[in-house]
Amino acid sequence: MIKFADNRASKQRKENLAFLTFRIMSYFVVVILAVIILFLLYNGARVISWDFITAMPAEGMTKGGIFPAIVGTLCLVAGSMVFAFPVGVLSAIYINEYAKDGLFKRFVKLMTNNLAGIPSIVFGLFGMSLFVNTLGFGDSILSGSLTLGLLTLPVVIRTTEEALRSVDNSFRQGSLALGATKLQTIRKVVLPISFPNIITGLILSIGRVSGETAPILFTVAAYFLPKLPHSIFDQVMALPYHLYVISTSGTNIEESRPMAYGTALVLIAFVLIMNIIANLLRRYFSKKVKMN
Amino acid sequence: MRKFLRNLTEKIVEGILFLSSTVTTLTVLLIIVFLFREGAGVFSQSPVEKGFVIAVNKDNPIQTLTSAQLKLIYDQEVTNWSKLGGKNDSIILFRLDDIGNYYTEDELGENFKNMPEKLSELMDKNSGMVAFFSDKYLAKNFRGRVLKMSNTTLKEFFTGKEWFPTAQPSAQMGVLSLILGTLWVSLGAILIALPFGLATAIYLAEIADSRTRNILKPLVELLAGIPSVVYGFFGLIIIVPAIQKIFDLPVGETALAGSIILGIMALPTIITISEDALRTTPRAMKEASLALGANRWQTISKVVIPYAMSGITAAAILGIGRAVGETMAVLMVTGNAAVIPHTFLEPVRTIPATIAAELGEAPQGDLHYKALFGLGCILFLITLAINITVEYISGKRNKTSND
Repeated sequence: MIKFADNRASKQRKENLAFLTFRIMSYFVVVILAVIILFLLYNGARVISWDFITAMPAEGMTKGGIFPAIVGTLCLVAGSMVFAFPVGVLSAIYINEYAKDGLFKRFVKLMTNNLAGIPSIVFGLFGMSLFVNTLGFGDSILSGSLTLGLLTLPVVIRTTEEALRSVDNSFRQGSLALGATKLQTIRKVVLPISFPNIITGLILSIGRVSGETAPILFTVAAYFLPKLPHSIFDQVMALPYHLYVISTSGTNIEESRPMAYGTALVLIAFVLIMNIIANLLRRYFSKKVKMN
Repeated sequence: MRKFLRNLTEKIVEGILFLSSTVTTLTVLLIIVFLFREGAGVFSQSPVEKGFVIAVNKDNPIQTLTSAQLKLIYDQEVTNWSKLGGKNDSIILFRLDDIGNYYTEDELGENFKNMPEKLSELMDKNSGMVAFFSDKYLAKNFRGRVLKMSNTTLKEFFTGKEWFPTAQPSAQMGVLSLILGTLWVSLGAILIALPFGLATAIYLAEIADSRTRNILKPLVELLAGIPSVVYGFFGLIIIVPAIQKIFDLPVGETALAGSIILGIMALPTIITISEDALRTTPRAMKEASLALGANRWQTISKVVIPYAMSGITAAAILGIGRAVGETMAVLMVTGNAAVIPHTFLEPVRTIPATIAAELGEAPQGDLHYKALFGLGCILFLITLAINITVEYISGKRNKTSND
């Protein structure tokens, strides 16, 4: 009897120990995140000013601002989304609403997964070979946007597909039963219901695209270009590439350090804001759906 | 009529949707075509820079040399032709700068206009000489023999330890050190990330209450959202100096720094996928275990984890996949020395970092350019293998859970 109690106590001790370990280790993951963000916030906040955001870089990128890099990144985000969003959403609609379960659907899904797994630097190589050299777009916003668009396409497809799948089948059946065609059902029933989730996915992929560096290295990014682009065939600076340049190979690494902190903070703030917006939207819409 | 139009629109829209759905497949195929077309060029181009020739005496029995052999000659590690299968004759190295040792400036004439003739004479006179010079100095009736260089072979490419793609007289295209560097850093990353990732996944799936979970989960997603260049910057400023100080090293840019950063970056992948796997454990199994008197920890360690094992494996493999392909962060913190690593405290160079660092300097169509595409092919194949493995594992799991 005593032994039994003993056994139970040791069992309990083991459980407490294990749970404590897991808790500490998961909090450690959060601590890492906090350290990175606070570190950038602490060092970057002193640099950020209105001038920093709206001025051109000056004196070998040790002074001035990062305006052209911000504009460049916005151009690239917009350009890649103009391509990836329609193609991705249409593709997801076909896969989820039209394609029958079978070889074709499985194959397309496999290919989408594979595309998602291809490293970003390989997209850079591909974009350079196809858009810059073969199609002759040169180092330009067009080349960079298309490369980034292809990179983010699987993300858009996947999130859209999830959004479409979450629409209950009874909605579709109801609409079809009322005599609506398939297209009408999709337009008037399926898309409106899944719209919030599709938009959430879009915002998340914008966050992803804005931080990508490897795909734009050889397709669009300029080392130093203190002017704004005029057409989609111009080169631009971009925030992530700018951060890479001034933290590793600028003209004067020590002196440009504050600029690097500032750039990193702007970049991460952009990504964080996108994440927060997406999360708020998700929460807001899920509440609304529940109320209905 | 209206019905016909409506049907027509339906068909057209369906067609457009269908075309969109083929874009990803087309992209994958195009990537394969472009990557491998350029990459294959490595094996069909002479490793000697365009516009240069390697010449020997015409009586020299050696017909072809490999890039590695030529390097041995020019590093003076081989000094006799017999070592390379030729006759017993010592090797006399000749570079264009050495011309002054043989001829005076007057003999060479204005603007070196006699150079081709003199080179020809020189090669004729010295039976053991090997020369490397520009082909514009190649005389019409050259009395030496231009040596054929054998192209890099597949075996040399994969087992060569020397990566000097722009070396003269002949480029060295061995990618072994780069492959090992990549695997080394990635395995280190997974060793760091797996314990923390798994612990967090278990905590999120089984232990934490829903409030804690609702806070932790978005934070983990945030970790995934931070751009890799920001991780690289953080590593460069915090982790690299810390490693340098702790281990008292000359430089802090090491494989370890890369592994730590990649480990952090692989965390979200591992956490999300293994948490999903842990959650698929049927409630009945857990309840049966608890009903038999097992406590929660015993249930987790003896029921939940074994059940989710294949999912956890998939998570680890995908984590490695992420680490293998990661470019910017690694480029910034690992020091990029193309040598085979022996410890974690040495600089290493990975495949993606090599591409990112060198492609800007490689002219299009150059051997170096093609070699970098060759590296891209290797990277593509590694990630493809990883994806297929994961697909296989999760496919098998879906099957068993359906049974």
